[in-house]
Amino acid sequence: MSVLNKIWTALRGGVREMGDAIVDSNGIRIFEQEIIDAKNSIQQAKTNLTEVMARKMQAERKVSKLVEDIRTHEGYASKALDQSDEALALEVAGKIATFEGEKREQDAIVARLTGQVEQLKAHIKKAEKLIADHERELSIVRTTESVQKATEQVVENVAANNSTLNTARESLERIKARQELKQDQLEAGELLDKEFAGNDLDSKLEEAGIKGETASAADILARIKAGKQ
Amino acid sequence: MTQIQELTIQLGQVNYEGHTFNCLPIQGEQEVLQVIVSELDAMPIFVTITDTQILCITYLCKQSEIQPQRLADLNKTMLELNVAMPLSSFAIVEDYYVVFGAMATSSSFNDTCKELITLASNAYDALEALEEYLI
Repeated sequence: MSVLNKIWTALRGGVREMGDAIVDSNGIRIFEQEIIDAKNSIQQAKTNLTEVMARKMQAERKVSKLVEDIRTHEGYASKALDQSDEALALEVAGKIATFEGEKREQDAIVARLTGQVEQLKAHIKKAEKLIADHERELSIVRTTESVQKATEQVVENVAANNSTLNTARESLERIKARQELKQDQLEAGELLDKEFAGNDLDSKLEEAGIKGETASAADILARIKAGKQ
Repeated sequence: MTQIQELTIQLGQVNYEGHTFNCLPIQGEQEVLQVIVSELDAMPIFVTITDTQILCITYLCKQSEIQPQRLADLNKTMLELNVAMPLSSFAIVEDYYVVFGAMATSSSFNDTCKELITLASNAYDALEALEEYLI
């Protein structure tokens, strides 16, 4: 069963401590052991791989040496034939036959080792995939556990401070109160702006002499004189 | 210094797109950091870092706050909204409906700031959408 399935089953069964539920079912320990085993097996496979590859290189070197020897001896045989020394040529040909036998042996070794290298590489790849899968699954379990613990702590913490996590209604009310306050501030700002703008108009009118309470001394004198008449 | 402690210090100093972050570590076995985003302070975010993820969670409400006969409808609505909601998803943790964001532990500090602000905004929107389902 996959880890997700196990968690789901535990949830449906009303299990609170998810991490415990899965640890207790031994699943997590088996995973951890399998990861350790897979890592060891990768290490072993890598050691074997270097050894096999070294042996393969050795065999390949032998093969190319033999190929060279065969070619040189073919040259010798040809020269012996040129000198009409049939007996010598036959002896050389015998040597070539030995070389070819050896080469066949070494070719077989190279082929076998090539097969082993491929097998080991496939094995390593498989083990690496297993590790990645198990680690991802383990992380699912651990995350579930962490989130539960975190939630419990958050709940406990707010309880310790004589409060509870806000209900949705409380949060909504807070948000709305904030929005209203902001709206009020905006409106107050606009009102102030208008007032300032109004004062500004007054001062402009005064400057232009169109509006204003400050009468000049001459005006006042004129008014007093007018009153006397 | 743990990653959460580093984050606490960085968040305390930054002003990201006009928002500041008020951080409060929560005591306990699991390292949890409460983050309050300025201007979005009605929905505190709780940050937990596991070996693979940075988890940011806001608690919307308890399941018991929802009209019982509309629970199934709400669950379906949340699943339908999930993909469209930027950077966050709905979930249930224990008895709580939550909105959360999950990031790789290798995420940059800027990504984390962006996540926190987006999450808080999403939580505001989610709460408003939730209102009609409340008891």
